[in-house]
Amino acid sequence: MNAAAPARREPLAGYVPAAVGLLSAIAVFCVLEGLIRAGVISEYIMPPPSHVLAAFGRVITEEHIVRRFFLTIGECLTTGVMITVFGVAGGVLLHRYKLLQQAVETWVAALAAAPVVLAYPLFMVIFGRNAWTIIMIGFVAALPPVILKTVEGLAGTRKVLVNVGRSFNLSASQQFWKIMLPAALPTIFTGVRLGLIFALINVVGVEFLINYGGLGQLINDLAERYDLPGTYAAICFVILVSVVFFMALERAERWLRPGN
Amino acid sequence: MDNPILVADKLGVRFETAEGPVTAVDDVSFSVRQGEFLSIIGPSGCGKSTVFNVIGGLLGQHEGTVKVAGERIDGPHKSIGMVFQEESTFPWRNVTDNVAFPLELTGMAKQKRIERARHFIKMVGLDGFEKRFPGELSGGMRQRVSLARTLASEPKILLMDEPFAALDEQTRLLLGDKVLQIQQQLKQTTLLITHNITEAVQMSDRILVMTYRPGRVKRIVEIDLPRPRTSDIVGSEAFGRYVAQIWSDLREEASRGMKDEEAHMLHEAQP
Repeated sequence: MNAAAPARREPLAGYVPAAVGLLSAIAVFCVLEGLIRAGVISEYIMPPPSHVLAAFGRVITEEHIVRRFFLTIGECLTTGVMITVFGVAGGVLLHRYKLLQQAVETWVAALAAAPVVLAYPLFMVIFGRNAWTIIMIGFVAALPPVILKTVEGLAGTRKVLVNVGRSFNLSASQQFWKIMLPAALPTIFTGVRLGLIFALINVVGVEFLINYGGLGQLINDLAERYDLPGTYAAICFVILVSVVFFMALERAERWLRPGN
Repeated sequence: MDNPILVADKLGVRFETAEGPVTAVDDVSFSVRQGEFLSIIGPSGCGKSTVFNVIGGLLGQHEGTVKVAGERIDGPHKSIGMVFQEESTFPWRNVTDNVAFPLELTGMAKQKRIERARHFIKMVGLDGFEKRFPGELSGGMRQRVSLARTLASEPKILLMDEPFAALDEQTRLLLGDKVLQIQQQLKQTTLLITHNITEAVQMSDRILVMTYRPGRVKRIVEIDLPRPRTSDIVGSEAFGRYVAQIWSDLREEASRGMKDEEAHMLHEAQP
């Protein structure tokens, strides 16, 4: 009954989706360029992608983009670590204590929809005009999806896997670390991804609002100078932050939860 | 029976439901000899899986006692290895790590447990797939991983709950061969829960036929077919006679189950 090991996919096949994605982006830029040059889209609302591309050099050399990029990445990383640690711990607590879950789950869900960013004056009073205000607003705004998805992931662990653990006489701690947590990881990662989206939006948004460091402040500065190509170039760096985080997260998930 | 390794005495399980208490299992007693292959067969809803859960220690509330080698057990026990009906491999562990799981719990050194795991992987015929993840395997292969994982814990009694229920007939027969081969090689005491008469006759030394709700022992049939057996035996005349005999026992119970289910559905459909 030995079956031959199935053939592996060609290694190059793995690059096809990335190549298609890149070509699609180039195609969208070409279409935009054409529409703007033809006057269908106003140049005063959206600069042609070629102008944005040309602005990169200026933004990098004159606007200290690298320092700002790493400041925003640092704030997002701190927020990401905090939402993962406190969000997963909170989710585990809510899963473990059903009364607590019944008491607060709706509130946590409601918090996910709350525009926390509007409370920035309060955070400034508490933390001052510094990076901690930005990090804490990002943290509060991004925490709920991690908590909720952790609860969902743990509750969704297939009963048969729990029974396998019981049949091997696992202790409660072994059951959690060896079965429930790995089984819940894909859902937890979905929560962390959602949380990071919320975190990035809030971090850059608060940098913009309180005019403190990072890419958000640069976008504010460039927009006020009506330097549209520079503004869009800076926005591209925000997108780059997001890409860096999501790639890192994907690698972390593959490392922690192989076999998906 | 002389020195049985497993004794189930007067097992009874009652559940509270919205329609009142239901007796799932009532006064079920049997014993299993060392190295014996016993199957428990019955129609859907007769409480076979409940008996599986009681013997495996997964069901706390029950009447009666379960003894392994004379020792009364009241929960999961290292002497009993369970193979479940549903797919139960860990998707985040490759085949070797799945099979090595019970060895990891004992604190065995990594190299040694990988070697042990490979031994059991080979036994179930999955050599060459050691590094594959369950998502890359077929349903039958995944059930073999579960079987190898349970065998790796070296249980005194292998307890299987319809492990091939989700597989097609050909795969089921071939896996039956594999289980028989392993059982004969290890002289492994095995208790199989099934609703498949062919599977039960193909593998068993004895078959315990259960009644439809409440699940009771209707009859125990000795299967006097030569060993070692393979799936070739399904074509023999004696095999056919056993299948017919067990079906005649089961027919009445299965009909009762079907009527009960229809009545229940009609009751549910009423406004």
